[in-house]
Amino acid sequence: MDRIPILRMGKFLLVTIQVDMHDRLAMQLQDDLTTQIAKLQARGVLIDITSLEIVDSFMGRMLVNIALMAKVLDAQTVLVGMKPAVAITLVELGLSLPGIRTALNVDRGMALLQASLSEETGAGEADDAGS
Amino acid sequence: MPVREQIEIHEQSDVVRIRHSVRTLAIELKFSVVDQTKIVTAASELGRNTLVHGHGGRCSIESVEQDGRAGIRLSFEDQGPGIADIQLALKDGYTSGDGMGLGLGGAKRLMSEFEIVSSPGNGTRVSVIRWKP
Repeated sequence: MDRIPILRMGKFLLVTIQVDMHDRLAMQLQDDLTTQIAKLQARGVLIDITSLEIVDSFMGRMLVNIALMAKVLDAQTVLVGMKPAVAITLVELGLSLPGIRTALNVDRGMALLQASLSEETGAGEADDAGS
Repeated sequence: MPVREQIEIHEQSDVVRIRHSVRTLAIELKFSVVDQTKIVTAASELGRNTLVHGHGGRCSIESVEQDGRAGIRLSFEDQGPGIADIQLALKDGYTSGDGMGLGLGGAKRLMSEFEIVSSPGNGTRVSVIRWKP
């Protein structure tokens, strides 16, 4: 069965979605990512959707679920590379992506994850005001 | 104008095929990238509805013309259980499955014209058009 590869970069997981996903593949990714976050004790997930031509309500829900599950497992999710046309369509579709942070590209997304991680460790036990 | 393509919907990969065919036609008709994205997204929502709620069916993809304006028409047909309350089904957030309930209402917003015929036991037919500006 097809799978979307998940790369590990230090404390973060990186996923680049490069295929037009059918629903089962999207569900598989959700399961795989959640499993990997727990197994590798990842603190952040970066999902690159630069190649995605559309995000419909099913894929949107999958992304929201990943972010929610990651949060429960103490990991942040950042979505990067959304095409402007996809963003416009999502809004018109009525889909918001609660709990998902976004960045324009992979570099900025990684910086965002790094920053929130160092903020957390730097601030010790202080409340996480960022989310 | 003749139907350009008919795609049977029996499994998830058929919805992916519909997305590809719809995009190809939208590009040929020179829709903007934003419009292409809206049309393909609507096709994906409606195709999934046909598969999941209608238990499969078929989709026709065609180009249409009216008063010198070009458009793309998508029709989805199934012989599934049908919809008892169409107004309710169109409401955002209403879902009979495990989706977000944005499929029908969302597709309607993304297209210029939207027509649905359905009743319990008689399947569902949804026809949408997006006209070029």
